[in-house]
Amino acid sequence: MTTLLKAENISRSFGGLKALNGCNLEVEKGSITGLIGPNGSGKTTLFNVVTGYVKPDSGTVTFDGADITGYEPDKVFARGIGRTFQLTRIFARMTVLENMLVAIQHDEGWLRGMTRSKSSKVEVDNAMEWLDFVGITRLAEMDAGSLSYGQRKLLELAYVLVANPDVVLLDEPAGGVNLTLINQIADKIRTLNEQGKTFLIVEHNMEFVMNLCHSVTVMNQGTNLVTGNPAEVRSNPLVLDAYLGGGDDDEEVEVAANG
Amino acid sequence: MLQKKNLWWLLGVAVLAAFPLIVTNPSDTSIGVITLLFMACASSWNMFSGYSGYIALGSSVFYGTGAYTMALISIHTHMAPGAAMFWLVPVGGLMAMVIALPFGWIALRVRRHTFVVITIAVFFIFQLAAINFSFTGGTSGLALPFIQWGFSYYNVPFYYVALGLVIFITIVSAAVRRSRFGLQLLAIRDDEDRALGLGVKVIAVKITGFTLSAFTIGMAGAVYAMFVGQIYPQFVFDPVFDISVALMAFFGGLGTLTGPLLGALVLEASQQYLTVSFSNGSLYLILFGSLFLVVIMFMPRGIVVYVKDRLNKSAMARAAVATDQLAATGAGSSS
Repeated sequence: MTTLLKAENISRSFGGLKALNGCNLEVEKGSITGLIGPNGSGKTTLFNVVTGYVKPDSGTVTFDGADITGYEPDKVFARGIGRTFQLTRIFARMTVLENMLVAIQHDEGWLRGMTRSKSSKVEVDNAMEWLDFVGITRLAEMDAGSLSYGQRKLLELAYVLVANPDVVLLDEPAGGVNLTLINQIADKIRTLNEQGKTFLIVEHNMEFVMNLCHSVTVMNQGTNLVTGNPAEVRSNPLVLDAYLGGGDDDEEVEVAANG
Repeated sequence: MLQKKNLWWLLGVAVLAAFPLIVTNPSDTSIGVITLLFMACASSWNMFSGYSGYIALGSSVFYGTGAYTMALISIHTHMAPGAAMFWLVPVGGLMAMVIALPFGWIALRVRRHTFVVITIAVFFIFQLAAINFSFTGGTSGLALPFIQWGFSYYNVPFYYVALGLVIFITIVSAAVRRSRFGLQLLAIRDDEDRALGLGVKVIAVKITGFTLSAFTIGMAGAVYAMFVGQIYPQFVFDPVFDISVALMAFFGGLGTLTGPLLGALVLEASQQYLTVSFSNGSLYLILFGSLFLVVIMFMPRGIVVYVKDRLNKSAMARAAVATDQLAATGAGSSS
C-alpha cells in the first residue's frame, strides 16, 4: 500500500483560534479512511486545506507524490481530489443532469471548456450512469433545488464521482439522513472502494465509520490524536477523553495552557 | 415542441420587421429604434449578469465607449456621412470589449454588493473622464457627420440595424445558454465556490462572459451615436441607462432568453409612449411606476418566469392522475 494523500504538520489559525495545530494525516491508496473527532476539532478545516479552499499557515499537502499545498480548488479537483460539503452544496436552479455535467470538464483547458457545445452524448450517458448508481435517474430533469435533503446528498456524491477523482473526501455523508439511506450510501462507498477508489470520510456516526473504514484518525483540538484500525481506536482511552471531555483535569489544564 | 418554439421566434421577428412598413410616422419609428437598442442591451446584459448573478450596473461604460468610438472615428477620418458609417458599429463593440477586459479583471474579484458598487464607481470614472477630457469635446459633446437622409426615411436603416443587433444577441445568448460556458455561468450564479471545487475556472469564465456582453452593448451605443448625430457625456454615460437595462431584465425575467427582450420592449416602449401622451406633468411616471410595482409584487421573478410557472402548474395539474407514480419514488429518496 502506498500513501496517496498526505497532510504534514498543517497549521492554520483564524484570528486567535488555532483551528489546526500541527496536524498530520495519511490516506492509503485504495483505503477508506475515517476522520473523526469532537465538534470544532478541525476536521472540516483540514478538508478545506487539502482541497484548496483554505490556505494553511504552515505545513504541506502531498498528493500522489506531488506537493499541492496552496493550490486553488479547481486545480486540486483537476488533480483528482473530489469532495462533498457538510452542508450539501448543489446548483439549485439547474436541473439534476446539468449539475452532473458541470463537473465533467475537470481535465480540459478553459478555452475549450467554454467554446465547445454543452455535452457530448458520451458525457450525458456517463452522467446518467452515475445518477443511476446512486438511484436518482428519474429526477434527472428536475431542478436540483426541489430535491429532498437526502436526494441532494446523493446528487452531490454522484457529481463528485462523475469526474472520476482518485480520492473522494466526504464531509459527513451520513449527517441528517435516515438509516436506510445511510446504509445505502455505505454500500455505494464499499462498492466503489472495491473497484479501487480511495475515500476519506469525516463522520460523527460511529457505527458508520467503524463498519466502513479500514483506518481511522481521531482529531482533537486541531491535531491528530490517534490513528489505527477501528478496533484500536475504539479502545483507546485518549479517544474517550477527547469525546467526553477527559477525566484528568491536570492534563486538560496543560493542554489549554499550551494552546 | 422545438419547432413550435422556433415558429414563435420567427413570428416575433416578422412583427418587428414589419413595424416600420406599417407605422411610418417618424416619431413612432424613432421610439422603435430606441426600444430595439434597449432590447439588444438588456439581452446582452442578461447574458452575463442574468446567467452569472453578477449584477453589473456599469453597462453605460460600454454603451458610451461604443458611442464615442463611432463619433471619434467618423469625425477624425472625415467619413462621408451615410450608410458606410455602419461599418464602425462592430468597431464600437470591439472597443467596448477592450474596456471590459480590465474593468472585469478588477471588478470581478469581488462579489455581490461590492461588485455592484465597483461597477458604479467605474461608471462614474468614465462619465467624469468624458466630461473632462478635451478629445471627447467635454460637456458640449461631439457632433457626428450629418447624415442627410430624408425625414420620412431617416429612421428606417437604423431600425433594421438595431433589429439586426437584437437578432444577433438573441442567437449568441441562446448559444451561450446551451454551451458548456453557459452551464459554467449558471453554476457560478448558484454556488461559485462549489463550481470552483468542481474544476470550473471561475475567473476566466466570468471575465469572458463580462467582455462578451460588452460587445453588443458597445455596438448599440455606436448605433445610437450615429442615430442621434450628437452625443453628450451625460446621455451616453448615463446612470439611468445602467439601471434601466438591469430593471428591464428583472422585469421580463432574469436569466431567461425572452425576459430581457420582453422587459425592454414593454418598459421602453410604454415609457416613450407615455412620455409623449402625457406631456402634461409627470402623470406618466406614476403610471410607469405602478406598472413596475404590480409586476414586482405579483411576479417577483419576472413576467416570463411567472407565465412559465403558471403553464407548468396547469400541466402538472393535468398530470396529477399519474401522481402515484411520482409518490412511489421510493428507493433513493429520504423523504
